[in-house]
Amino acid sequence: MQDLDALQQTAIARVDAAADVVSLEAVRVALLGKKGELTALLKQLGQLDPSERPAAGQRINAVKQAVAAAIDARADVLNAAAIDAQLEAERIDVTLPGRATRQGSLHPVTLARRRIEAIFAGAGFGIRQGPEIEDDFHNFTALNIPENHPARAMHDTFYFGDGRLLRTHTSPTQIRSMRDEGVPIRIVCPGRVYRCDSDQTHTPMFHQVEGLVIDRDISFANLKSVLHEFVERFFEREAQLRFRPSYFPFTEPSAEVDVLMDDGRWLEILGCGMVHPNVLRNVGVDPEEFGGYAFGIGIERMAMLRYGIPDLRMLFENDLKLLEQFR
Amino acid sequence: MKFSRRWLEHWLGRDIELEPVLERLTLAGLEVDGSEAISAAEGVVVGHVTEVAQHPDADRLSVAQVDDGENTLEIVCGAPNVRAGMGVAVARIGTVLPGGLKIRKSKLRGVVSHGMLCSARELGLGEEHDGILELPAAMKPGMPLAEALELPDDVIDVDLTPNRGDCFSVLGIAREVATFMGDQLGEPPVSEVPESTQHGFSARVDDTVRVPRFTLRVIEDIDTQATTPLWMVERLRRSGVRAIHPVVDITNYVMLEYGQPMHAYDLDKLAGNIHVRLARPGETLTLLDEREIEPDSDTLLICDDSGPIGLAGIMGGASTGVDENTRHIVFEAALFTPDAMAGQARRYGLHTDASLRFERGVDPMGHARAQARAANLLLDIAGGSASALIDLVDTPHLPARADVTLRQARLDKLLGHEVAGDTVDDIFKRLGFKTTRTKNGWQVTPPSYRYDIAIEEDLIEEVARVYGYDRIPARRAYSEVALAPDSEGRIAEARVRDTLAARGYNEAICYSFIDPEQHARWDTGAPGPTLANPLSRELSVMRGTMLPGLAAAAAHNLARQRDRVRLFELGHVFEADGERLVLAGIAAGRRLPEQWATGADDIDFFDIKADIEALIALSGAADEFSFVRASTAALHPGQSAEIRRAGSRVGVVGALHPRVAQASDIEAPCVAFELDFEGVFAANVTRTAPISRFPSVRRDLAVLVDDAVDAQELTHAAVAAGGALLQSIRVFDIYRGKGVEPGLKSVALGLILQDSSRTLTDIETDATVAAIVQALQRDHGAKLRE
Repeated sequence: MQDLDALQQTAIARVDAAADVVSLEAVRVALLGKKGELTALLKQLGQLDPSERPAAGQRINAVKQAVAAAIDARADVLNAAAIDAQLEAERIDVTLPGRATRQGSLHPVTLARRRIEAIFAGAGFGIRQGPEIEDDFHNFTALNIPENHPARAMHDTFYFGDGRLLRTHTSPTQIRSMRDEGVPIRIVCPGRVYRCDSDQTHTPMFHQVEGLVIDRDISFANLKSVLHEFVERFFEREAQLRFRPSYFPFTEPSAEVDVLMDDGRWLEILGCGMVHPNVLRNVGVDPEEFGGYAFGIGIERMAMLRYGIPDLRMLFENDLKLLEQFR
Repeated sequence: MKFSRRWLEHWLGRDIELEPVLERLTLAGLEVDGSEAISAAEGVVVGHVTEVAQHPDADRLSVAQVDDGENTLEIVCGAPNVRAGMGVAVARIGTVLPGGLKIRKSKLRGVVSHGMLCSARELGLGEEHDGILELPAAMKPGMPLAEALELPDDVIDVDLTPNRGDCFSVLGIAREVATFMGDQLGEPPVSEVPESTQHGFSARVDDTVRVPRFTLRVIEDIDTQATTPLWMVERLRRSGVRAIHPVVDITNYVMLEYGQPMHAYDLDKLAGNIHVRLARPGETLTLLDEREIEPDSDTLLICDDSGPIGLAGIMGGASTGVDENTRHIVFEAALFTPDAMAGQARRYGLHTDASLRFERGVDPMGHARAQARAANLLLDIAGGSASALIDLVDTPHLPARADVTLRQARLDKLLGHEVAGDTVDDIFKRLGFKTTRTKNGWQVTPPSYRYDIAIEEDLIEEVARVYGYDRIPARRAYSEVALAPDSEGRIAEARVRDTLAARGYNEAICYSFIDPEQHARWDTGAPGPTLANPLSRELSVMRGTMLPGLAAAAAHNLARQRDRVRLFELGHVFEADGERLVLAGIAAGRRLPEQWATGADDIDFFDIKADIEALIALSGAADEFSFVRASTAALHPGQSAEIRRAGSRVGVVGALHPRVAQASDIEAPCVAFELDFEGVFAANVTRTAPISRFPSVRRDLAVLVDDAVDAQELTHAAVAAGGALLQSIRVFDIYRGKGVEPGLKSVALGLILQDSSRTLTDIETDATVAAIVQALQRDHGAKLRE
């Protein structure tokens, strides 16, 4: 049985020489297949003397197992190499940008408005909106600005010539809300407003959020508190505020509020005051029983401060170079 | 209001430190717009022109001999008003003027100039530059200009709110400073006027409700050669008023000082006596500024026997004004009530210094004081003899300050802070308010000039203002909180915005008013109303569609090397009689950003339709929507659709019409849409459908139909015929070309069938598909493609 050892050696050498999975399979078929050389040897067992068959069968099976083990081992090596080759072939440049489109953005005025709404909504303020074309009553008269009042000159108003006008503030929405819902009430009214004015620091259209709280026991101290907290929440930092006496026909006392900037200057950011009793009477509320405060915030100013926008007019140019900087 | 710091100091009787006073005024509610320091450059002195000769080589130049107190300097001067005998401001060699100009010895057309004669502007004093500054001839040469002109000084500019008419004067500002800084000011005394002439001149007032006080004084025989003294010229200049004539200058000066507007007439030009009355039909009046007006019947006029000679409280007439020959004058100081003045100045477009003060309220008790001041100033400056004051007063109709009650409890409640009674007493005292203590608080009589104090809240504001807003502590309010309603029946605006931003759109904000011609070009409906007073024609009509604004924004960006634009806006559009919330978008240029992995295709209708489908899906009722071929003037007739929900129009989408694109400067392919917000985003609350556990079956069909048949018609027919088993349907291919007859197209439909309770048999499936094929054939002439 000398030739079996040689056969095994030759067979294993052929297995080890197989360069890839395909040629290894060919070697396997040639050796162990139905017509393979080792299979043929087993078939020849029948020709041997019956007494020799068991030993010879054992020898042949041992060779067969050795060859099969060598094939498995070789297959593992070749498979690993094939996967390595595949991985190498499938290598990509992961630094290239991702396929597909680009994320859009919200306008900075919308972003600032959302912050303002969210901060007040969190404290139980409802959000109310109203028409932009208003009548004289809701924009002026109900707010204690009778016809020919000098304060009307403070509002450069766009008129339609038929008694209607573009609202100069969102206060008319407060009037409508008080009439519709009664008091107590706690709301903010965001929206577009219009003034007949256009220069470096004024655009004929801009956005405001006006707030209104009417209840039985609301004081100027409460107003100071809510605005101070608001400014700190909005800018996410401690803030120093200055309340300066001012004049609005619909509030008494009235104040303008300045915030201390990093460079030591005071910058006006909003107007506010205690709601004038005439305004309450105009919506059927008894000022002896109910009172409260109102404030008006310019959204553009807040957006410019929050996001470092240097020029108001940029907000309405709709230039993608600005818009794309937001999210 | 602008005024000189030194003038204010004169009233306070002390020098002030500027910054703390400005800060105090600001915290008192008088917003300081700014202050400007003015000073005379060192080396500028008073000079005296002794001689003027024509420059030998230049027509427009003169050569002046100027005594500067030490030497006689030869100075070349180009000013038209240089003449011998006048006083001038001389900048000597070496002086650096406020503008940075250094004066050197220099040759001008061959003549050496040893200095410069300066204009007010060159000295940093004002804007006048049409000649050199003229100083009184009597002024001592060599005196530093700073000394001559009360310099250095500061011009303080205060922005007054409409309620504080009482601060429209140096006196008013001084009162406010005194209140806040503890100065004792008191009321200015009325000085005696030597009355040396009797004059029969008189006046009559028809309507003493509108004009409860009307005062006149005649001054005769003034010196026509008199000039306004330098100190007055300078104070006026620092208030932004130009000196023109001593009489006019005095009226302006007294108005600035006391807040009482005054007017002066040339007595010789008056025909008879003065009559204050309402305008009569057809009357006209030529004003001092040469404008002719036709006053309305509710306008007050000053008249003489010849007719109107002044628009009461606003501006005098041209015919009776003083001029360089005027010898006899009449000073008028009237009280036209705020009610009488309301709206008048605006109606005639004449907001004058006088009208601003009358509208806000002039002190009803300040007339005698102002008249005396004016008379004494004029007697000093121009001599003459004054008559007694004619004071036509209807005392019951004088604006009176009613007593106002202040309750301590109300004060404390409104402020949320207790202010001690003694402190309140002191505050009222400093304000000049007379008070009596009552059981619950105070009875307060405000001074005559405080028109703004009428109700308890006004007093509370005064107390808080003087007490200091900063001393009122901040305290949180405690109130009941009701839970806010939250509707799922309308998609939140925030969700809609976020959806579009996530799909690559940048949010824009366009003006709500647009150009009517631009609007007509888009013609997606009538525009909203037109503004009566637009800023310009381009911003004059309320938009009825948002697309013109977005198209302009797209063009703006395309013109700046952007090859891909996606913009949206959420806002109101307007109709003749209403407004509604609309969501609009526009897309132009490439489908995808330029990149290694994507092609360079441009967008088309279906890119944007996908965005709209995503929005529609938010409603939870996508089935209710359909796209129906439709066209508008602005959109491509073959590539636009109306979006309907349950049959009603809720929007439009389409490629821009080439004509509109061209007019809008958009060369790239461009698709736009506009959706009615309430129509599209009214939402159904999801009711979860049962989920079948049985396998679905897919069958694909290809049918040949006429090219004009829209895909939606096929899918709708298939859905109708497919019954409950047809879960979904998709169009997965459209083919025209080889193998398909011209005029036809092949549409491939994928049908997904499923039953919720069992696995479908082939027989059931085949029956359903057959029913669909039959319906397509019957309704749309579709032929099954083999």
